[in-house]
Amino acid sequence: MRPLLLKEFTAASCIGLGLDQTLKSLVEQRSGLKICEFETVNLDTHIGEVAGVDAERLPADLQRFDCRNNRLAELALRQDGFFQAVQQAASRWGRKRTGVFIGTSTAGILQTELAYRERDLLTGALPANFDYGATHNSFSVADFLRRRLQLEGPAVVVSCACASSAKVFGSARRMIEADLIDAAVVGGVDSLCLTTLYGFHSLQLCSTGPCRPFDIARDGISIGEAAAFALLERVPDMLNSDAVLLLGIGESSDAYHMSAPHPEGRGARRAMQAALSAAGLEPGAIDYINLHGTGTPSNDRSESQAITSVFGPTTPCSSTKGATGHTLGAAGALEAVISALALQHALIPGGAQTAHVDPTLTAHYVRENRRTPVARVLSNSFGFGGTNCTLILGRAG
Amino acid sequence: MKVAAYVGGIGVLGPGLGNWPDASAVLSGQRPYAPAPTVLPMPTLLPATERRRTGRVVKLALAVALEATTRAGAEPAHLPSVFSSSGGDGHNCHEICQALALEPREISPTRFSNSVHNASSGYWSIATGAERESTVLCAFDASFCAGLLEALTQVVVDEESILLVAYDSEYPDPLHAKRPVPDAFGTALVLTPHREAGSLARIEATLGCEPIDSLTDPHLEALRVSIPAARSLPLLRQLAMHERGRTVLEYLDVSNAIVQVDPCN
Repeated sequence: MRPLLLKEFTAASCIGLGLDQTLKSLVEQRSGLKICEFETVNLDTHIGEVAGVDAERLPADLQRFDCRNNRLAELALRQDGFFQAVQQAASRWGRKRTGVFIGTSTAGILQTELAYRERDLLTGALPANFDYGATHNSFSVADFLRRRLQLEGPAVVVSCACASSAKVFGSARRMIEADLIDAAVVGGVDSLCLTTLYGFHSLQLCSTGPCRPFDIARDGISIGEAAAFALLERVPDMLNSDAVLLLGIGESSDAYHMSAPHPEGRGARRAMQAALSAAGLEPGAIDYINLHGTGTPSNDRSESQAITSVFGPTTPCSSTKGATGHTLGAAGALEAVISALALQHALIPGGAQTAHVDPTLTAHYVRENRRTPVARVLSNSFGFGGTNCTLILGRAG
Repeated sequence: MKVAAYVGGIGVLGPGLGNWPDASAVLSGQRPYAPAPTVLPMPTLLPATERRRTGRVVKLALAVALEATTRAGAEPAHLPSVFSSSGGDGHNCHEICQALALEPREISPTRFSNSVHNASSGYWSIATGAERESTVLCAFDASFCAGLLEALTQVVVDEESILLVAYDSEYPDPLHAKRPVPDAFGTALVLTPHREAGSLARIEATLGCEPIDSLTDPHLEALRVSIPAARSLPLLRQLAMHERGRTVLEYLDVSNAIVQVDPCN
């Protein structure tokens, strides 16, 4: 595939608002996970909650979109001059030639969960001020963002569970390649809600402590929330050497089970191979793999097998979910941003929280940070329904 | 810019519309439209254990996907796919929200697994063994056009055939009052990059600001505006007529999709 430029990018997660804070946390191997005190949730678990979301306010003309998910999106838009960068792109390319492609799994469903507690005692009706389309519906976050950014190009949400915001890079790439647009705001926004906290708990997939990906004692995920964005454009003639390019994307389906990964990681392997093929790269060209690495026993084993079958046992890899938690539909975009920071700052981030790497997992898991040049990163995102997406990012020079 | 593909097979299921030949006869005016509740078939493609777990929206998506691939003579396992739905499984969502409003807050693992927007795509890949990429979209009322644009760009950029499935079903109350989708409607198209022996028509889409097409039959028009996936009906009508022409489909408030249809015979 023809590479694309990540002209600007930013992220807000429990390890930081914006790139500086995010990088500082990665350098210090700081985890943002803490005991769950979210809303009225009474589960014994850790979460990655973003500070300041409740205090965020949406513009007056977009109040109907007000919900935690869109407040988190607004919070991230304000970081690193991202809002302004999109405005510049829209002026340059045209508002109709700039698209919005956002991944989310639950959008603003928290709003509906809260509304169900306030049903009319006689009629069962939801509160009059509850707005389904602007909060609950999956598209609400892309609809909010296109209005907030005043963009008039194609706008869509990709909702493929935890692979959602990796797959948006594919949708945007194809639209640019087909010349329907010149620039794309891609990203992921997923916020804490009761459905995912109690849902993953019902599947016994949540750890009580902070998640420990690839650890011998790993026992589940820690749910997090995040918003992460990138502005994608075609690669110009002149580039700084530390510019970050999207080099390859690979997607696949497991065709195996709705909530369990294929035991040997068949779909994961196909996604990684497809990404390498799209980028025209051999496995040896990858310097670091940012794992899906959720911290459940079966997910990590499946991914490790898939990685070893493609890369052998030496390519350094780690999961940053011990720091950020599993941000579900935002994970692909958040980890693309973390991968971009790894490229620009010569950093292989060690996996926070992991104390004793499971010796039966053959992939080369890195626990301690390594300061070493990183030219190309591969990032995995897999989700329920057996959906898989792999991104490859690289430095321009 | 424009994106184009050939339609190789069509599936339709909705209120009073049992399949594509049935819908085609109604849309081309060969027989009158008689609204009736949508009848969803059991998804016999799925193993019995999985079949029991599927809700209405999954049955709908699988039915139209199977009809389109069968009519196209396409092997489902080899096709990448685009699924597009405004809302996913409304009944499942209602049950989860209701359970979370009570103490103790217990939701069933199966309900949670089925709550993902890509459940239909997941079941389709399990049912058919399709290991190719599958993208699952939502654009509220614009979901059909969003799916069509995504599918056409994939055909054009990757030069490969693709399965597009657009489907929506209802929420029960109290969400129904906030999102009054009345019943289930779905359509599926197999799109190919080149003309094939069984190609029905070439379609070419671009974005513009022209006024959208409506349907003259008031019941069909009511269907078009009440179920997002049925925003496809003007395109399906053009395909059913076997006539050269263009149709404007509702997309976002700032643009619509203009689709030129050229029949292959």
